[in-house]
Amino acid sequence: MHVPDGFLDVPTSIATGAIAAGAIGLALHRSGQELRRAGTPLAGLTAVFVFAAQMVNFPVGAGTSGHLIGGALAAILVGPWTAVLCLSVVLLVQGLFFADGGLTALGTNITLMGVVAVLVGYLVARAVVAVLPKRPGSVVAASAAGAFVSVPAAALAFVVLYAVGGAVPVPLGTLAAAMVGWHLVIGIGEAVITAAVVGAVVATRPDLVQLARRSLPPVQLVDAEGRPVAATGAAPTGRSAAGTRGVLAVAASVCLLVAGGVSLLASSHPDGLEFVGESLGFAGSSRDSAVAGSPLADYGLTFLPGAGGAALAGIVGVLLTAALAMLVLSLRRRFAAERGAPDRVDA
Amino acid sequence: MSGWLSDRGDPAPVAGQHTRDFDGLYLDRETIVHRLPAAAKLLALVSFLLVVVATSVAAWPAFLGYGLLLLLVLGTARLPAPLVARRMLVETPFVVFALLLPFVATGPRVDVGPLSLSHDGLVGGAVLLAKATLGVLAGVLLVSTTRSRELLIGLERLHLPRPMVAIASFMVRYATVVTADLRRMRIARQSRGLTGGGLAQLRYEAAGVGSLFVRSYERGERVHVAMLARGYAGRMPELGSLAARSTPGQWLTAATLPLTAGVVLAVALLLA
Repeated sequence: MHVPDGFLDVPTSIATGAIAAGAIGLALHRSGQELRRAGTPLAGLTAVFVFAAQMVNFPVGAGTSGHLIGGALAAILVGPWTAVLCLSVVLLVQGLFFADGGLTALGTNITLMGVVAVLVGYLVARAVVAVLPKRPGSVVAASAAGAFVSVPAAALAFVVLYAVGGAVPVPLGTLAAAMVGWHLVIGIGEAVITAAVVGAVVATRPDLVQLARRSLPPVQLVDAEGRPVAATGAAPTGRSAAGTRGVLAVAASVCLLVAGGVSLLASSHPDGLEFVGESLGFAGSSRDSAVAGSPLADYGLTFLPGAGGAALAGIVGVLLTAALAMLVLSLRRRFAAERGAPDRVDA
Repeated sequence: MSGWLSDRGDPAPVAGQHTRDFDGLYLDRETIVHRLPAAAKLLALVSFLLVVVATSVAAWPAFLGYGLLLLLVLGTARLPAPLVARRMLVETPFVVFALLLPFVATGPRVDVGPLSLSHDGLVGGAVLLAKATLGVLAGVLLVSTTRSRELLIGLERLHLPRPMVAIASFMVRYATVVTADLRRMRIARQSRGLTGGGLAQLRYEAAGVGSLFVRSYERGERVHVAMLARGYAGRMPELGSLAARSTPGQWLTAATLPLTAGVVLAVALLLA
């Protein structure tokens, strides 16, 4: 997956660089407290661990072998924000210190493996762990699912980037099928290894696995005779609404960057579906939708032609969607408050 | 891409059987390229590669110029050709991809012998190969002429966020320790009689990686506590404070590479 120089054009490389920088900035912000408390050595050693774990090879068939990306693994072990930082540093070090992955493609590589693989892997694992019974074993199954999905997700993200700024016209359907198909196979290996590693850690130190912390029984303080006592001071609570806000913030900033930056580049290119449609010859049969006359039609502001308009239209679209989502959330919160439920929304 | 399928880094030793020393790729020589500050080298190479990536097919003779330029710098740095060639093996998976392009790309077909190939794919594959090769060559130049410590100082001078530099510097310091841990565990497994390969082996290997995580995590905690005991107050000392300041002359020297590349591109565009 380490993309070399020249695979994507310069604007796309710069746009992915901006996405990577934004994601790293957000991760620094979100994990700042954690980093101060646990210390940067911990993050550094986790990065070395990911680096070392990537040396474990597994057979993929046809005489070749794959190796771990470790995005989902790191997210499950130390949490998504620290994992984004660790993976980004690993990729930076691989690019600069080992000439692995192009220098101009560093942003692309961080976006694919350090952001998409980590966040998708973590979100899938969290979703799975939420529906499974609260046992440490569930965390292992969730890790496998997260790791499995993270690999084709990163491959799919590559296809999207290639559709925007690919150097050579390749039928996107073929490319997507080949990339995702191949990486589904690699994903199985990733899932097996990730589950085995997480299983080994859960068996010995479940408290170290970030994803497993919620399924651990709460700490019970006992006095000298072994009688349980009530904890004094602030009891450690689970993740509050701040966690939800963080997810929303990253989603929003990535959307804004993609909408603003990438739609600028996309304006000269038909988008993926249109591209496939044209190559398959059904583009003429599609009709413009009912809102084709609206000011945001075809992702360009009618009163502001050109690339700037496309970027602005993208951003305005995202902001509108976000405002709508906020409205729904606040209505739900008010509804819940009226019914006497706690003033909190679980996303 | 199938970059995941290759053994990374230094291609010579077998995966996992060697210790990953971060200065392992550095080749000590007394040349002007080695003496340039890492920040200048890094910026020069990235801008050079941006020029390379921006070059279109129409200006194809420019790629010959870029290659010549890089070879000139490699010669100035007195890097032996066999070593450079060996380190270029990282690129192999992408060579495969570039060779496949003529078969899968769209557009008008041309007949080459018994094969019907895409014209765009042929041209695009060749350009891709040229760009990727130049990129790998530039990367090999950087790692072979710059110590890891200097690279970290360079990243700091380029204002990479401080926690990132700190994480990277811990990575550089502890890579040898952690990979040695991994190797000791493997030797311990083998000395207890675990041989052969296959899925069973993979399970034990993964268990080993699991305990490697616990060891690394606990080591991270110990290192942090030791730092606190020595008066660490949340701010890493600047790496570059003791290093020699870079001079404008050095930056100018480094800038000649991207500037010449720009001239090459302009000339190629004019001639095209």
